[in-house]
Amino acid sequence: MTNEEKKQLQIAACKVRMGVIESVYAAKAGHPGGSLSAADMFAYLYFKELNIDPADPKNPDRDRFVLSKGHTAPGLYAALTNRGFFPVEDLKTLRQIGSYLQGHPNMNTVPGVDMSTGSLGQGISAACGMALAAKHMGKTCRVYTLLGDGEIEEGEVWEALMFAHHYKLDNLCVIIDNNGLQIDGPTKVVMDSGSIPDKLAAFGFEVAEIDGHSFDQMEAAFARARETKGLPFAIVMHTTKGKGVSYMENQVGWHGKAPNDGEYEQAMGELRAQLAGLEAE
Amino acid sequence: MADVKKIATRESYGNALKELGAAHEDVIVFDADLSNATKTNTFQKAYPDRHFNCGIAEGNMMAVAAGAASMGLVPFASSFAMFAAGRAFEQVRNSIGYPHLNVKIGATHGGISVGEDGASHQCCEDFALMRSIPGMVVMSPADDVETRAMVKAAYEHEGPVYMRFGRSAVPVIHDEANYSFEIGKGEVLRDGADVAVIANGLLVAEALEAADTLAEQGISVRVINMATIKPLDEELVLKAAKECGKIVTAEEHSVIGGLGEAVCAAVAESGVPCKVKRIGVNDEFGHSGPAAALLKQFGLSAEHIAETVKYLMAFSAD
Ligand SMILES: Cc1ncc(C[n+]2csc(CCOP(=O)(O)OP(=O)(O)O)c2C)c(N)n1
Ligand SMILES: [Mg+2]
Repeated sequence: MTNEEKKQLQIAACKVRMGVIESVYAAKAGHPGGSLSAADMFAYLYFKELNIDPADPKNPDRDRFVLSKGHTAPGLYAALTNRGFFPVEDLKTLRQIGSYLQGHPNMNTVPGVDMSTGSLGQGISAACGMALAAKHMGKTCRVYTLLGDGEIEEGEVWEALMFAHHYKLDNLCVIIDNNGLQIDGPTKVVMDSGSIPDKLAAFGFEVAEIDGHSFDQMEAAFARARETKGLPFAIVMHTTKGKGVSYMENQVGWHGKAPNDGEYEQAMGELRAQLAGLEAE
Repeated sequence: MADVKKIATRESYGNALKELGAAHEDVIVFDADLSNATKTNTFQKAYPDRHFNCGIAEGNMMAVAAGAASMGLVPFASSFAMFAAGRAFEQVRNSIGYPHLNVKIGATHGGISVGEDGASHQCCEDFALMRSIPGMVVMSPADDVETRAMVKAAYEHEGPVYMRFGRSAVPVIHDEANYSFEIGKGEVLRDGADVAVIANGLLVAEALEAADTLAEQGISVRVINMATIKPLDEELVLKAAKECGKIVTAEEHSVIGGLGEAVCAAVAESGVPCKVKRIGVNDEFGHSGPAAALLKQFGLSAEHIAETVKYLMAFSAD
């Protein structure tokens, strides 16, 4: 990846983070922590990896993305709007009565959303169904799904992983946001899932472990995913929950809470400074 | 009815899937390690590349089916009613119902006629669960002819459908030559003026038998087969309420949340004066035993329908 390309991705990720703060602040509710930990991934997926077209969001041959950790809809919406799927002003209608931007993604109302999610553990199953159907229909499109590291405590996730391996879904890429936190505390305290990469490997996945804030590592991992044949692929990305807003970083309390006026100003100030720095480079 | 042909509706379901598979390339079938019992193996033998076993993981199966439907295929997902509607309720609700995806759920072994397996497998709650999901069509056929027509209609219908089939063989009561099926339309099988019996599933044949017995005693019973529980054919229900003034409902389901309650709601809210009595499983679990014996014991029989009709007859003109 060229330095210019990387800079553009960093700018996109910064705008995703700003969209998360703007929308959650306007809604006075929502989930900033996990939206911010995955903001770099959202930017990479929507600005580089996915074969999608905002002018033709229902194209049958497009790549699919399922946000299995549906509560981080603000991150997805911010990526979609910055990629041109819907007007950026609409972000401020998040969670309001009458808005198409529901608290959790709704595939029937939001252009670019491929599956309705919100109940943890189900999105990955739907992604498996899409990948299976794509193969069955002879489509070359790929299916991506993003899960939380708390979400994988759901038994259904492991049912889906078994399914993906059994049906050799090498068009499926499972991404796990290993930010170490869930609602009630650190995952290690709430329910320690042990080594996630080892478990995925034991379920028959080809696994890449990366820094979820490094575009170079994402590029390498997705290239490996595309080259892997006969096996499903998983990316375990180590991230910082709340990444990019100093006071939210690694704070379990920012899982699902909106910033107040002062906190909003501080967050936006930090992000604007980041953006200005990137644009000045 | 000794010389009447009998076939279990799950058997008919398997046959219907195979016919559907021949006509439509986009039909695929998911099962959860029960293909021999749900009879999706009939489809599997004909179209092995379109039948996908999900293993014993019904929740995953339902959301997988949702994903496949979003790609444009028409998945039929099968297991026992207990696990399709019960275990996987939330996946059906959130991944199929909420996005209104085109998944057809073929649930077999509904009701207590499951028999020997006992209460853990005798699902008498599936109509209630599935009815509560917005946009879900809920149906339960009475015989082979109706099952095969229903499966085709489910395929033609755009949106989620729940169909419940039975384990035990039931008499074929329809004549295929002059039969047509429409989702949401009840069927008057026998006209009558004193009491209307509104039934579905294997209780339809029992209702006809009860009507025969009662006719000999001078009681005129209207028998309505209400294969679609949701959307309910309210027009036909209210016509019966007006013309008969007395309704008995009969279903192999809890009296809570099924056809009986749906009929009660329609009648109560219409303001038409009409007395309704529900026959079903009375808020209790089943137990092991031969299906026929259980059906008798739980009052899901022609005899009990006849008794209930007579009980209502006692409430004559007020
Ligand atoms: C089935 C289900 N149970 C509970 C919840 C409530 N819930 C929303 S987010 C969350 C924690 C998720 O933690 P994690 O998967 O680690 O997400 P992230 O850290 O990326 O935000 C919970 C329990 C839910 N949405 N779905
Ligand atoms: Mg987490």
